[in-house]
Amino acid sequence: MSTLQPSDARETAEIVAWAAAEGRSLEIVAGGTKRALGRPVKPEHVLDLSRLAGIVAYEPAELVLTAGPGEPLATIAAALAAKGQMLAFEPPDWRSLLGSSGEPTLGGAIACNLAGSRRVRAGSARDYLLGFSAVNGFGETWKAGGKVVKNVTGYDLAKLQAGAYGTLSALTEVTVKVTPKPETSCTLVLHGLADEVAIPMLAQALNSPFEVSGAAHLPAAAARRSRVGGVSVGLAAATLLRLEGPRPSVAYRADALEALLGRGARLDDWETEVFWAELGSVRPLLAPGARIVWRLCPTPSRAASLAQACLTALRSAEVVFDWGGGLVWLCLDEGEAGADGAASVVRPAMKSAGGHATLIAAPEAVRGSTPVFEPLESAVARLSARVKSGFDPRHILNPGRMQEGW
Amino acid sequence: MPEPDRAVLARRAEIVAALRRIVPGEGVIDKASELRAFECDGLTAYRQPPMVAVLPDTTGQVVEVLRYCAANGVKVVPRGAGTSLSGGALPLADGVLLGMGKFNRILEIDVANRCVVAQPGVTNLGITHAVQGLGLYYAPDPSSQIACTIGGNVAENSGGVHCLKYGLTTNNVIGIELVTIDGEILRLGGKHFDASGFDLLGVTVGSEGMLGVVTEVTVRILPKPLGARALLIGFSSVESAGDCVAGVIGAGIIPGGMEIMDRLAVEAAEAFVHARYPLDAAALMIVELDGCEAEVDHLVAEVEAIALQNGATSCRSSRSEEERLLFWAGRKAAFPAVGRISPDYYCMDGTIPRREIGRVLRRIQQMEGEHGLRCANVFHAGDGNLHPLVLYDANRPGELDRAEAFGADILRLCVEVGGVLTGEHGVGVEKRDLMGTMFTELDLNQQQRLKCAFDSESLLNPGKVFPQLCRCAELGRMHVHAGQLRFPDLPRF
Repeated sequence: MSTLQPSDARETAEIVAWAAAEGRSLEIVAGGTKRALGRPVKPEHVLDLSRLAGIVAYEPAELVLTAGPGEPLATIAAALAAKGQMLAFEPPDWRSLLGSSGEPTLGGAIACNLAGSRRVRAGSARDYLLGFSAVNGFGETWKAGGKVVKNVTGYDLAKLQAGAYGTLSALTEVTVKVTPKPETSCTLVLHGLADEVAIPMLAQALNSPFEVSGAAHLPAAAARRSRVGGVSVGLAAATLLRLEGPRPSVAYRADALEALLGRGARLDDWETEVFWAELGSVRPLLAPGARIVWRLCPTPSRAASLAQACLTALRSAEVVFDWGGGLVWLCLDEGEAGADGAASVVRPAMKSAGGHATLIAAPEAVRGSTPVFEPLESAVARLSARVKSGFDPRHILNPGRMQEGW
Repeated sequence: MPEPDRAVLARRAEIVAALRRIVPGEGVIDKASELRAFECDGLTAYRQPPMVAVLPDTTGQVVEVLRYCAANGVKVVPRGAGTSLSGGALPLADGVLLGMGKFNRILEIDVANRCVVAQPGVTNLGITHAVQGLGLYYAPDPSSQIACTIGGNVAENSGGVHCLKYGLTTNNVIGIELVTIDGEILRLGGKHFDASGFDLLGVTVGSEGMLGVVTEVTVRILPKPLGARALLIGFSSVESAGDCVAGVIGAGIIPGGMEIMDRLAVEAAEAFVHARYPLDAAALMIVELDGCEAEVDHLVAEVEAIALQNGATSCRSSRSEEERLLFWAGRKAAFPAVGRISPDYYCMDGTIPRREIGRVLRRIQQMEGEHGLRCANVFHAGDGNLHPLVLYDANRPGELDRAEAFGADILRLCVEVGGVLTGEHGVGVEKRDLMGTMFTELDLNQQQRLKCAFDSESLLNPGKVFPQLCRCAELGRMHVHAGQLRFPDLPRF
């Protein structure tokens, strides 16, 4: 196995065309921080896009940034911050979760369609990908979308490319929509609520006109692990609501939200930043010994009963709620999880909670033998296989990352 | 459009009879006089009655109709309310028009999960009406929202004046039920966030009825903002209005709406609705700020200051809800207002980088002379989405052709300055032949391969979006010759 490291889009296309001709499989990486995400890939070669980096264009007044897929998110965040802007989808840092090091990149965040807590208000990575250039499994360089914020010309292939885990095409350039960074933020913390009380309260907050941009609930064990004093202080469960915007607006909305939900503690701008980053990376809030981590995306109102079903069946399990209940992190011990990572408990529970479950952290052997992603209905699976063949007929790009067989 | 298939036309009676067995009674229309009602959509320059129209009222019937058409090689054009401005619902002489108007019920209002489940024939505004008593609304607001359907919005990925802040249809639809041409029912997305596998929901939104027929839609609903105020700002040049837009966004403000009208559009609107627009301005800007009172007042003051720094010649902020609506009245009536000063107009829809607004409008002015036609401009300035309205008279020989040539020149210019052919109206038949100005053959091939995965015989809405019909077999072939490619000389580790 060798690592092929192209320096531009043309070399990338040459490598993929060669691989296609020879029928060689390629694992696509850049920062390499998410190689343990998804089903394990056993490629013949590694296509390392980390040299396709650099910010190609950034025009703050256009709200548009174009960069190479290998550009680290940290440098993008810094360039945006210098102009008072940010990536609204809040790409989370999962290095501690996945046990990896290195620099997460823009291409990786897009390929895995990751989003942080602002998902409830601002959407996911797929909502910000305006356009891209890529090399498909035919070895052809192609592009879709545009470099302006509003565009419906042709199929919206950006949606398909985001979250395809590199199985359709290898990105060579990415254009994203960026947004102004809020002037300030604060977080309202309510202590001591049971899960089944907290989740409806998060929904109530999200349905209020007070523009909540983060809605999370930490049961006591998780709350106690937070390094933010205002969260861990009560040694009890913490329900957290984030408000962002101009100063007078945030002050007004915090009061209004308290009037609606009851008085709580408040985290200031700095504590807010620390807490929501901690929640985004999630590992620090989970039981240190629990190495199996599931990411459950249920119908939000069913989050508490889903969690209860899992907690009842799995003695070592713990949960953390984000996205107003739309995201439930579930961690448990490897021993209890067994060879299927506890899929036999999680999958049926998920079925009645209307959503999908992904096995995020587990030993490679477990991820190789049990479906990591929620299995697709058969008609959707057949269509997906045809879509895959339309981009990569020889299955050379990240084969097996999403689905066994392709 | 593709040449009508004579073999299909010859079997018309048999096809009609088969469709009647699936959709009984008045749900199948084959009389020439009645088919004329479907001969065009909002792009009235193109007209073609369908071979037959079918108006199913159950998903089961949709499945059966599509299965029959697939098995018999009959083309299908889906239609909602027929308000498309790009000819997306233009029928085919040898095709079935599948009207989804009877799917007009709201199925569920789920406040706890912040969504509404609706049938595709429910109007865009109908969704907001169903939830406004709860203080909630559906955000995308195309100007046809009284009439256009949510199913049509999904097909076209419709926008509206508020999409800079609240997103297009694609950002607000979380689930659909889609019937493929093979009659398979797919459930994509749902009430949960994201979904497993490829984002087939995301790629279906905006696919202009070419990938499947939507039979159910789940949309995100949002809390209605606490309040809103609008500013009406006059400028002595379009360039300074453009600079003001950049200034507002550069200051970190994303307004709920930010519109610009040029002098001709302002004059037409003022004559029509008497909104007290300043008639001395070369460009008029409407900026709406929404949120809690503290925020709105704070931002109104900031935007006023930015406008004055950019040479605003007049600036008024709304003091009441009535006044805010009056500011909008002229903009919302801009299209019919222009219709009063010209027998016909042709509405374009390119998007450009905002920095190019001044240059593009100057070029459009020059083109007025070149084509001998006038053009009024209204646009969603916040997102750089232009709506030039080319004025013409269809009764004068050659004027429609000149209007279309003028429109095509405007769209080529949009692409030339780094923009795109369509911001929210779709490609349809209208901009199909311009796709090559924005995309290479390889780009278009990749789009068509997606189409082939959904509809390998090209039976769903063929002739739209792509300058050439799909050649699925050819596109699927791998043109590689092992051993002939140079192994790249690259750093290896």
